[in-house]
Amino acid sequence: MALLKSLSARKNDLSKPENQLAFLSNGIFKEGELPFFKDKIAKTGNYPLKPRKLEILQLNLGYMCNQVCSHCHVDAGPDRKEIMTKETMEQCLEVIKTTKAHTLDLTGGAPEMNPNFRWFVEEASKAGIKDFIVRSNLTIILANKKYHDLPEFFKKYNVHVVSSLPFYKKEKTDKQRGSGVFDKSIKALQMLNAVGYAQPETDLKLDLVYNPAGAFLPTNQQALEQDFKTALKEDFNIDFDNLFAITNLPISRFLEFLIASENYEDYMYALVEAYNSAAVESVMCTNTISVSWDGWLYDCDFNQMLELKVDSKVQHISDYNEDLLNNREIRISQHCYGCTAGAGSSCQGTVA
Amino acid sequence: MAKTYYNPDDLRKFGKITEWSEDLGNKFFDYYGKVFEEGALSAREKSLIALAVSHVIKCPYCIDAYTKDGLQRGITKEEMMEAVHAGAAIESGATLVHGVQMMNKYDKLSM
Repeated sequence: MALLKSLSARKNDLSKPENQLAFLSNGIFKEGELPFFKDKIAKTGNYPLKPRKLEILQLNLGYMCNQVCSHCHVDAGPDRKEIMTKETMEQCLEVIKTTKAHTLDLTGGAPEMNPNFRWFVEEASKAGIKDFIVRSNLTIILANKKYHDLPEFFKKYNVHVVSSLPFYKKEKTDKQRGSGVFDKSIKALQMLNAVGYAQPETDLKLDLVYNPAGAFLPTNQQALEQDFKTALKEDFNIDFDNLFAITNLPISRFLEFLIASENYEDYMYALVEAYNSAAVESVMCTNTISVSWDGWLYDCDFNQMLELKVDSKVQHISDYNEDLLNNREIRISQHCYGCTAGAGSSCQGTVA
Repeated sequence: MAKTYYNPDDLRKFGKITEWSEDLGNKFFDYYGKVFEEGALSAREKSLIALAVSHVIKCPYCIDAYTKDGLQRGITKEEMMEAVHAGAAIESGATLVHGVQMMNKYDKLSM
């Protein structure tokens, strides 16, 4: 089901983070059927959750997107107007020049829709960050003539492209991401391959992100990667490097789907049952700082959407201090079970 | 008491059968887990077999479990339905092959 509008535009109760957090702390958790995340990680000796070495600086350039995917944890869409300003980008650039993180990860929305996106990529690339990721939804490349040269642009700055493709078949992809998305995504992947992405003669990296199209957890990442590689090569002659299997976290539009389809309780049971303490030890929030479009700092992109700012004296990019931030305690709630299930889940795929 | 014999929530409680017979319960779950690991057959193939059998034995818990398992493994709905047909064909074949017994008996009894 492709939604036409964001929760925010529909003025849905779940568009307010406090309502999502309240929902996630009531019901089966409040009644004691399932343990609160805090208690669960305490039992395996992982509380309080503290950062390890900072590796990834993830910047959200805005919630505007050309798609309205039914699972989107950002509640992104064309109706979202939150966009990172050039001034905030300049503050980010100051941080990028000095950060110890080896990976810069630009996300959104569709980050390419930020009017200063190209300027920012050019400037950020000068800092010599080892791994420079742009999370592209693929269809943006075909959405408008002004985006058609994005593959060349990405190549010029040696951008590591990470793209969502929920499945290697049209039906499931279009159901989650909207009608026509699959065909456009395929075309965009072919364009990326054509300029050298995921080709043996270049080091241009193209990774895909799989997330389940429904109320179930992803299976083994390597098995899925093999299925995707075989199907995309046979059907469309497409190459890519790695597949990241990401678990849908029960927030925002995916939470809305879980509640409306009466899958919420089963899904939470499945997440709690699949809890893996090894995944907690390397969960994404322990090596990442997430920066929102307006410069606030979060433990991860999900906490950003729930407006759970970092528990630190430093809360904004303008006051950024890596050493101080590294002493913080990571803020948690029941949505965190999504990152600790099975082999774990992060923006870089499985973690355990 | 529940007003139906089957309650979908009971599937989550399956593991509790060990509470009343720990040794046998654990042995069953160890065996069950081992059966569905990768082996001469892939875990994917076994999932489809399990789905077909679930239908043949008409176990609603198993149907829920292996539909979800198939989705997780990226098994398509076409593959799932074909597996159900494979099970149904064997089941109907098992009924129909008894038609030979009927024919034999009929012939034997008839002058």
